[in-house]
Amino acid sequence: MSTVKESFDAAPWKGKTKRYDIVKEGSVALAFVMVLTIILSLFMGSPDETPLTFKGWAVSNSDNFYATAVQELAGTSGTATYGAPYNKAADGLNLGPLWLQKWAGVTRPIDSVNDFVISPLSTQVMSTDIASALATWNSATAAQKQAWATAYDDAITNAEGKLADVPSGAYGPVPALAQGLTDMAKAGALDAALLSQGGFFQTDNTKQILFFGDGAYLDDAGTAANLQGGTWGMMNETGRYPGQAWLWLYSFWYQIPPFNNEESKPIGANADAYIMAIMGVLSLGLILIPVIPGIKTLPMRIPIHRGIWRDYYRSQAIRKPKK
Amino acid sequence: MSEMWTAKLRKKWQKNLPIEKLLPDDQPAYVASWIYVFGVLTLSALAMIIFSGIILAFEGPAWYHTSDAGKFVNSLHFWSVQLFFVFMVIHLWGKFWMAAWRGNRFATWATGAVAFIASIATAFTGYLVQTNFDSQWISFEAKDGFNSVGVGAWFTVTNLGQMLLLHVAFLPLILGAITVVHVLMVRKRGVVPPIDAEPSSVSEGGR
Ligand code: HEM
Repeated sequence: MSTVKESFDAAPWKGKTKRYDIVKEGSVALAFVMVLTIILSLFMGSPDETPLTFKGWAVSNSDNFYATAVQELAGTSGTATYGAPYNKAADGLNLGPLWLQKWAGVTRPIDSVNDFVISPLSTQVMSTDIASALATWNSATAAQKQAWATAYDDAITNAEGKLADVPSGAYGPVPALAQGLTDMAKAGALDAALLSQGGFFQTDNTKQILFFGDGAYLDDAGTAANLQGGTWGMMNETGRYPGQAWLWLYSFWYQIPPFNNEESKPIGANADAYIMAIMGVLSLGLILIPVIPGIKTLPMRIPIHRGIWRDYYRSQAIRKPKK
Repeated sequence: MSEMWTAKLRKKWQKNLPIEKLLPDDQPAYVASWIYVFGVLTLSALAMIIFSGIILAFEGPAWYHTSDAGKFVNSLHFWSVQLFFVFMVIHLWGKFWMAAWRGNRFATWATGAVAFIASIATAFTGYLVQTNFDSQWISFEAKDGFNSVGVGAWFTVTNLGQMLLLHVAFLPLILGAITVVHVLMVRKRGVVPPIDAEPSSVSEGGR
């Protein structure tokens, strides 16, 4: 683009003008949007599915809750094996040589054994067998605790989650603890106990959400509501409502290889990190469109502007018939 | 006297954005398309979002789960956000096809693009503070993305308190400020001329 043209575009317009009431335009636009919003709200409402609870989970799928509690004790749950920012159990994802997740460190420490099971359980008035199971657990060595919990966790896995099929073994107090937590959850006491750790005022639901996601209950509900990421769920809402449709491009990457294949290394296995990075670059690209060769000239080459400014171009054609 | 910062600022403002430019009563004749309405519609939807959001803030996050009035205000908030994005995306595409960054208007485009990104962040935190099943689901799923690049170490999507404060205080403030700058820049520079408007044609066409 010539600099003559550039400075012409930048200079105040010296050509034809017309009366234009921007305050009126703004007021009419505001009134229009208000009316439209009110109509949509009256007729369509808004989505609001009540949150799931630990009680709901423990009542509707008590074996799964129980098994998840055992995983938290054995350190095999999603949270216990996560890595940063919750613990050091794994290195987390990487972008080639960049281990950003690990480098950012453990800023929101979670100890799945104590935070999810032992401390909530300790807040309860409990039966004697659970009280003695807790006492046994608390006085055991770390190695002993690990051995009990791992043995039981493995046995449940071998029985494919069917608790009735789990043979007896050297599980120490673990079954009693898991049963105690399951009963506590069934009674509706676990939600608040997970939140209230550490005091009176609480505004952080991280522990609740993470424990919740470790089981099958939340995941099943997400699948049922069509919210899974692998099927564009990021853009969906519960019910018949539009979701965050503007995340379509973000969601798009999760639908295609190699991102949708966790086995594929290095990108599929680190899809979250790569997609974040891609979206970061693309966002920067959006800001920089006016200086990106090839893209900044697209509007000149594809003449959609001819339609937008058709009155102007028509008047130009009339004024300059020779051209 | 000319050394005074105050006087300098006033002069600069008066030169760049006199009231005639801020609230003009005429526009170049080429400003004649529906596409020009979408910036104003986006602004109007943003006003509705802020208005309904303030009412929601007064009653607290649990209100709309239990009250019909609350549900209605929540619906206003929800639908004005949906409209806001529809208008903004049409506005964005319109400005793209008009190459509206020409003539020293890069910063107008860039502030618009940043407003778009800030809007996505604001809406996202809004979905997280719904305190319903959807926000449980989104926070559990979204944490992995932020954690994977280290951002999750500080931006904790599962922390309702943090998300609520960002959603009602920090992010709207940023978005509001960017939007004000964006619109003032448009007023300062005037509406971009048509793509092939030629310097020679203007003197002929002048009033
Ligand atoms: C919070 C969201 C936004 C609001 C409230 C907003 C508002 C406005 C308004 C009121 C105008 C003047 C009227 C018009 O031409 O439509 C305008 C112009 C403009 N907007 Fe936006 N906008 C937003 C987002 C964006 C985005 C996402 C982009 C592109 C990335 C963008 C790019 C532009 C450009 C380049 C102009 C100048 C047009 C010219 O000089 O002719 N805006 N905006």
